[in-house]
Amino acid sequence: MTEPTGHVHGTDVQVSHDLLGAIGGVPRPSGDVVVEATDVNKWFGKLHVLQDVSLQVKRQEVVVILGPSGSGKTTFIRCVNHLEKIQQGRIFVNGRLIGYREVNGKLVEDKEANIAVQRQEIGMVFQRFNLFPHKTALENIIEAPTQVRGMGKAEALEMGQALLARVGLANKAAAYPSQLSGGQQQRVAIARALAMKPALMLFDEPTSALDPEMIGEVLEVMKELAREGMTMIVVTHEMGFAREVGDRVVMMDEGRIVEEATPETFFSHPTHERTKSFLAKIL
Amino acid sequence: MQFDTTELISFMTNWSVILPALLTTVLMAILAQVLGIALGLVAALAGRSRNALVHGIAAVYVWIFRGTPVLVQILLLYFGVPVLLGGIDPFPTTYGSLPGLIGGAFVAATLALGVNEGAYMSEIIRAGILSVDSGQAEAAKSLGMTPRKTMSRIVLPQAMRVIVPPLGNEFNNMLKTTSLASVITVTELVMVAEMRYAGTFKPFEPLVGISLYYLAMTTIWGVIQSRIERKFGAGMNRNEEAGFWSRMLSMSRGAPHSGGVR
Repeated sequence: MTEPTGHVHGTDVQVSHDLLGAIGGVPRPSGDVVVEATDVNKWFGKLHVLQDVSLQVKRQEVVVILGPSGSGKTTFIRCVNHLEKIQQGRIFVNGRLIGYREVNGKLVEDKEANIAVQRQEIGMVFQRFNLFPHKTALENIIEAPTQVRGMGKAEALEMGQALLARVGLANKAAAYPSQLSGGQQQRVAIARALAMKPALMLFDEPTSALDPEMIGEVLEVMKELAREGMTMIVVTHEMGFAREVGDRVVMMDEGRIVEEATPETFFSHPTHERTKSFLAKIL
Repeated sequence: MQFDTTELISFMTNWSVILPALLTTVLMAILAQVLGIALGLVAALAGRSRNALVHGIAAVYVWIFRGTPVLVQILLLYFGVPVLLGGIDPFPTTYGSLPGLIGGAFVAATLALGVNEGAYMSEIIRAGILSVDSGQAEAAKSLGMTPRKTMSRIVLPQAMRVIVPPLGNEFNNMLKTTSLASVITVTELVMVAEMRYAGTFKPFEPLVGISLYYLAMTTIWGVIQSRIERKFGAGMNRNEEAGFWSRMLSMSRGAPHSGGVR
């Protein structure tokens, strides 16, 4: 039996087993289907980067997207919160069309203010953390709840402290991002996204910019989120995480989804040639 | 030819003349700079607009006011605009209830300096905004922040780090460029020096005197500037700031343009 590679990343970080308790439990998506993407197409100039991508993510599901670089996996999850435009297809999150209004069967880009409201439901964690460097860890976390949700400062601070404590950073509230390690920054970034109580979390290669010894602490937080029932789409190269935590693994190549299966099937009996060669290289 | 120290001191301590002139210079510089920052911010944001007309207006504004001498702009505003307006004089000697210091010439000079400055500030602010990693705006947007909040709370505060050093340079320059206002009869430092030697036929002493005052003003500003820069460095991991003296004595490194009357 192969040990999932995630386990090689040891960590001393204490992650709470009631992470979502800090934000009042698992945020409830409105329906059973959180993400419904159908026939999404996108071009960068002449390059057809997403080709008829369809994907459904159900409540509390963890979908892991794998694939070689340039396969469109990052582009796809950036479309889910409309950081990227699409040219064809539809993406619904919680039953709402993301980024567009449909006028006579055509997609018309929505107003920025409306898109901003839609994004409140969708947390995103970036490869390069993107913490606000002019704000402390705690200020990073309370920024959106106070500025976007209109939460009172005292309440936000309390929630922010609770989140920090639960990702093992209770004593780092006053630290600026530049004073934190990569792993610590990414845990703050996850806490910052959670503070908006999102119904869906998107992870865009959250461990790819980390030193190997810090990968474990971030995966630990993500595993805990999955265990507590957060709905997640994770783009990653961490096969151990995919195998251990994923409910479903999606393989992308050249802008298409080439295979979609449970982790057991995906890793032990891949059907598509592209998946087999990809796994052969990576495992 | 001899340098008359007594005349220098007598001129420099003739407070009833010097203090209003100093006040005029500083007030004009501050008001013009504030106007310049405001116009520059508007022009920089307009320059990022997807609306071609808005974008175009900002570009033409910067093009014209950076492309013509500020002295000509001052003269055009003070002598040209009243002609355009026919009978109405927007720049009378005094404005009734306002203090005598703030007359029409003062207002015209301040406006012209401010509008000119806005064109430069627009470029400085634009560069500042561009210096902020695009991931910052993406992170803010992904948290549901509107474009306006993203700009005002996330992008601009970080852009300040890049904006403030050249802005300090701009204000240093502005303190000295106010001297051009003397050509439209604003009683600032150059004007009082000229009035002095018109009577004494000793031009050297009053000119040295006002130079010392300009130097004092720019030196004090240098101190204030380094304080401000330290404030905007919060959370930024960067090398130790250049010290006060190295700043004072150095050429203005890294500034997009420096010194001189435009």
